[in-house]
Amino acid sequence: MTIPAIEVKDLNRTFKTKAVKKKAKAEIVDALKDVNLTINEGELFGLLGPNGAGKTTLIKILCTLLLPSSGEAKVLGHDVEAESHKIRHKINMVSGGETSGYGLLTVRENLWLFSQLYGMPNKIAKERIDALLGVMELEHKKDSKIRTLSTGLRQKANIVRGFMTNPSLIFLDEPTLGLDVNASRLIRDFIKNWIKEKEGRTVLLTTHYMMEADELCDRVAIINDGKLLACDTPANLKKLINQDTTIKLEIRRVQDLSAFQEIPGVRSFTHDHNITAGITKLKFILDDDAIVADIVAAVPKSGSKIVSVEKTEPTLEDVFVTLVGRGLTNDI
Amino acid sequence: MAIKESIQSNFQTMKWSAWLGWQMESNWTNPFKFLVYTIARPIASSLILVVMYLIITGGITYTDQFHYIYVSNAFFMYVFWVLFGITWVIHDDREHFQTMKYIYISPSNYFSYMIGRSISKIIITTFSIFITLGFGVLFLDIPLSLTAVNWPLFLLVMVIGLLSLISFGLALAGVSFLTAKHSGGVNESIAGIFYLFCGVVFPVHILPVWAVVFSKILPITYWLELVRRSLNLGVGVDTALAGTSTETSLIILCVSTIIFTIIAFSIFFLGDHLARKKGLIDMTTAY
Repeated sequence: MTIPAIEVKDLNRTFKTKAVKKKAKAEIVDALKDVNLTINEGELFGLLGPNGAGKTTLIKILCTLLLPSSGEAKVLGHDVEAESHKIRHKINMVSGGETSGYGLLTVRENLWLFSQLYGMPNKIAKERIDALLGVMELEHKKDSKIRTLSTGLRQKANIVRGFMTNPSLIFLDEPTLGLDVNASRLIRDFIKNWIKEKEGRTVLLTTHYMMEADELCDRVAIINDGKLLACDTPANLKKLINQDTTIKLEIRRVQDLSAFQEIPGVRSFTHDHNITAGITKLKFILDDDAIVADIVAAVPKSGSKIVSVEKTEPTLEDVFVTLVGRGLTNDI
Repeated sequence: MAIKESIQSNFQTMKWSAWLGWQMESNWTNPFKFLVYTIARPIASSLILVVMYLIITGGITYTDQFHYIYVSNAFFMYVFWVLFGITWVIHDDREHFQTMKYIYISPSNYFSYMIGRSISKIIITTFSIFITLGFGVLFLDIPLSLTAVNWPLFLLVMVIGLLSLISFGLALAGVSFLTAKHSGGVNESIAGIFYLFCGVVFPVHILPVWAVVFSKILPITYWLELVRRSLNLGVGVDTALAGTSTETSLIILCVSTIIFTIIAFSIFFLGDHLARKKGLIDMTTAY
């Protein structure tokens, strides 16, 4: 029987927040609540959730940075608490949105240091560093000091650091956060190719970008307030709301959206104000088609005018909104 | 086979973390400026001491007391730079460079990594001490004669003393796992305590009785005394250890180093465990 890459049973993690006032009691925050999850070897698994949902906490536990409060977590068959030393040479991690690296060292020196901390033979380390710098289009910067690189280039170097050790399992915590479109696409393509290159490689990816999860992941879990709400393939998750009606509405920009919240049959909706174009984009998930008329009627009441109406297929974001009750970018 | 691999792996980690430490200390400017700074810093520190001594003694120059203070201060650089340097590695790696979590989850032993970083501090500090002593011999009449040095005793004392310093550094590193960058003052305070109680600027016997007792349990007191004795410098000063033979001092140094090393290692591993339990390994405070 194949051992799962990740096996989590009844995992809990609490944090005690410091009391601001002297006499106030410290608050206990549940970052993870009874999480159960199995990720198979060879899977590219996505973890979706808003800020503070527990994604990073789960990754920290699995990559041996943090101890669980209770429950069990196994990585590649080893317990994260008792056997962390057996896990560490098989895994690696890349976090996005940070500027890690020794600024006084060059890109190559930084990577070389980490290759030696992983005990990589010199020849293999050199070959892999060169090859990955090429793939990440960083060859011309290999002798530049890390401190001179832009955030995007630093993140590419960080990606090379994570993948050069050829891990069996890699944790990617928002790897494309803050990167431009081209850099994001390059990294996504690289991840897709990397997992296909060799059998048995596993990726656990957290992302804010629904499209990224939809494009890359074999399976996706949605997490909110420390609880896993759903876990399946993107296609199966979309089937959860397939019978619902999803419509996109563009209206002249309006501040007060309360008229739409009160319409019966609206399961959830998200909005996005485009200030320069003076347009508000609304996306609704409805119980049935008949409610479209009520929504259209509500537009003049809100003091706006319709620019366009479009019926769409459900996306992963719609699933997320339905399960979590809000989008990743707004709180409605 | 597994033991051999483990030793090789730890040696590899120490080697590359020492290399990293050296790069961090030396790579901030061009080689010429670095050389000037490396020479100027210890000489400037020595001159401050000389001026203070001359003012306090009213111009009486270069007695045994001066040799005592000069040599003690030169070797105290190890205490300051190793204690302060090791703990700062944790704060810098964690908050400034944000690399600590990546090193921590690598298969290399974090304890070996810290020892490697300590070794780089020791090498750099040794260079500063060499310059300080050379300056003292050339310009301040410090009567250091290479033929008068008890080399076997000096080398033995240096190995044991530096081991005790690394231990103290690792104990503070264990505490630093749990504290934020702005609490670096703790390290300076500990170094200050050693400066006061270990007979660096003034002999231990002038301290209150309780302080003498305290100073006599610290390995650094014996280390500095034995360094002075092995170099045959400042030995005419009554240090409250004058009645203790070199052999006895050496035994006390060994025993106290072993005890402090055990305590220090325990503090390091406890700090490591608690930091992982509390989620502080990748803490950033933005202070």
